[in-house]
Amino acid sequence: MLDLVGYGAFFLVTALSYAIICLGLNIQWGQTGLFNVGVAGFVAVGAYASALLTTPETADRFGGFEMPIAVGCIGAMIAAGLCAAIVGAITLRLRADYLAITTFGIAVAIQLVALNAQGLTGGPFGIGFIPRPFAALAETPIIFILANLGLVAGLALLTYLALERLARSPWGRVLRAMREDETAAASLGKNPRLYRLQAFVLGGAVMGLAGAVQANFVGFIAPDNYLPALTFQVWAMLIVGGSGNNRGAVLGAIVVWGLWSLSGFAMSAIFPPEQQARAAALQIVAIGTMLAAILVVRPRGILGEEKIVSRHVPATDARS
Amino acid sequence: MSLQFLADGLVMGAMIGLGAIGLTLTYSILRFANFTHGDFISWGAYLTLTLVSVIGATIPQGAAPIGALSFGWPVVAAGLVAMVLTGLLALALDLLLFSRLRRRGSAIVLVIASFGASLALRSLLEFIFTSRPAYFSREIQVALPILPGVRLTPDQLSTLGLTAVLVAAMHLLLTRSHIGRAMRATSENPTLARVVGIDVAQVVRTTWLIGGALACAAGVMLGLTVQIRPYMGFDLLLPLFAAAILGGIGSVPGAVIGGLIVGLAEAAAVQLIGANYRAAVAFLLILAVLLVKPTGIFGARA
Repeated sequence: MLDLVGYGAFFLVTALSYAIICLGLNIQWGQTGLFNVGVAGFVAVGAYASALLTTPETADRFGGFEMPIAVGCIGAMIAAGLCAAIVGAITLRLRADYLAITTFGIAVAIQLVALNAQGLTGGPFGIGFIPRPFAALAETPIIFILANLGLVAGLALLTYLALERLARSPWGRVLRAMREDETAAASLGKNPRLYRLQAFVLGGAVMGLAGAVQANFVGFIAPDNYLPALTFQVWAMLIVGGSGNNRGAVLGAIVVWGLWSLSGFAMSAIFPPEQQARAAALQIVAIGTMLAAILVVRPRGILGEEKIVSRHVPATDARS
Repeated sequence: MSLQFLADGLVMGAMIGLGAIGLTLTYSILRFANFTHGDFISWGAYLTLTLVSVIGATIPQGAAPIGALSFGWPVVAAGLVAMVLTGLLALALDLLLFSRLRRRGSAIVLVIASFGASLALRSLLEFIFTSRPAYFSREIQVALPILPGVRLTPDQLSTLGLTAVLVAAMHLLLTRSHIGRAMRATSENPTLARVVGIDVAQVVRTTWLIGGALACAAGVMLGLTVQIRPYMGFDLLLPLFAAAILGGIGSVPGAVIGGLIVGLAEAAAVQLIGANYRAAVAFLLILAVLLVKPTGIFGARA
C-alpha cells in the first residue's frame, strides 16, 4: 500500500513538473499563437542554470556555487527568460512555420552546446549531485517523496494561479485581442511585437522553472534528457488537454503522462527485458499516433479553449 | 590544407539537395513545413534494405557488384521499387492525416501533426529494425584520386551522377510536362489553378509521390555512402530545411544549390571548427537566410 502511495506521489511529481512546462507553452501557443518547437531547449537552459547554481564545486567545470535551491529556481527562470528574449528578438517576426523550424533549430543547438561544452555543462556526463529539496528526509523515502510532492504541487498551483490571473488581466486581454484581430489591436495603440515578445519570454521563464524543478528533484541531468522527444511530449500534453486553457494544460500533462507510464508498464509486461529498447520505441509510436488522431478527431482537446478571458464578463455559458 | 573536405561536402550536399527537392515541392504546393520528410528518407533506405534481403534470399548465388561500385543490380532494382513504395507511403500519410487537417484550415496544426507523424514513423523503424546501424555492403571501397589531394569512392561518384540525372529529370518534368506546369501553377495560386481547370487533387497526389520517391533515392545513397539507421533522415531535417529555405521555397534548382551550399558549409565547419557543432551549421544558415533574405536565392515570394 505504501509502495503504491510512493509510486503515486512520484508519478504526480513528474506529471506536475511537466504541467508547469505545459503552462509555459500555453502562454506562448494557447494565448499568443507562437509556434515554439524548441520547448526542450528552454527547459534545458533552466535545468542547467539551476544545476550550475546549486551544485557543489567540481573540478574542470564551471559553476558549483552551492546556492540554495530557491536561488537555483530563480536563476533558472532568469536564464531561460533571457534566452527566450534573445531568441524572440531575432525570430518572432518570422512567419509561423519558419518560427517552428527556427525554434526547433535552437533546441538542437542548445542540446549540442550542453553535449559538447564540457567545461560548462559537464558534456555527455551531465551534472550530478544536484541538491534535492528536503534532502534531510531522504532516509525515509515515503516522507521524502510526499514532501517533494507538496513542494512541486504548491509550485504548480502558484504558477497556475499566477498565469490565470495574468490571462484575465488587461495584459491577457491584449493577447486575446491580438489573436482575434491584430490590426484592430494595433490601431488601439497596442504594440503586437512587444506583447508577443513578453509572452514568449514569460513562457520561456516558466519552462525554465520546470526544468529547475525536474533537475532538483531527480538530482542528475544529462543532455539526453532534452531531445526533441521532450518537446513532442509537452505538445501532445497541451493539445490533448486543450490549448488556450490553463486547466487543460495541467490536465493534459497528467493524462498524457499517465498514458505514457501505463504504456511503459504494458511494454515491460509484454516484452522480455532484452527487447525493452525496442518496446520503448513502440511507446513513442503509440504517443505519436495518438497525437495525430487527437488532431483529426478532437483538435480542441479535452477541455477546449476558454471563450471569455475577462473576469468582468460572466463566463456562465460562454465556455466552449 | 587539403581540399578533400570540399569533395565530401559536395557529396553530402548532393544528397541533401535531393531530399530538399521533395521538401520544397510539398512546402510550396501544400503550404506547410513537413517535418515527416526526413523520415521518408529513412523509410526509403530501410525499404530498399529489406527488398535487397528479399532478393538476396531468392537468388542463392548472389549478384556481383556493378563495375567498381559496391552494389549490384539487386540494390538498383530494390531501390526503384522502394522509390515507388516510399511515394505510396507519403501518399498514404497524406490521405490518413494531412488531407483531413487541410480541410480544417490551420497550417500550424498540419505542422504539429507532421511532427507527431515523424516521431511515430521514426520510432516504428526503430522498433522493427532496432537502432543498430545497418549497411548495404560490408565491403570497404578504395577511394580514387580525382584531383590532387582529393579522393572519392566510386559510390560517392555515382551519388553525384545520380543526383545530377534526377535533378535534370525533375527540371524537365516541371518545365516541359503538363503535370509539371500544373504543379507550378498550383504552387503559385491554388484557387486560380482550379479555375483554369487544373485537378489540384491530382497535383497534390503527384507531389507526394515525387517527394517520397526522391527522399527514398536520397536515403539509398546515404545508406550506401554512410550507413542506415532510424534517425538518419531526422538528423538531416535541419539541413533539408536550410537547403529549401536558402534556395527559395518552391524552386527545384534552388533546393539543389541550397543543398550543395549546406553540404559545403557543414564540411567546411567540420574542417575548421571540428565535428561537434556540425548540426548547428544548418541552423545558423537558416537564421542568416531568414534575417537577410527570407525569400532565398531563387524564391519569388516569402
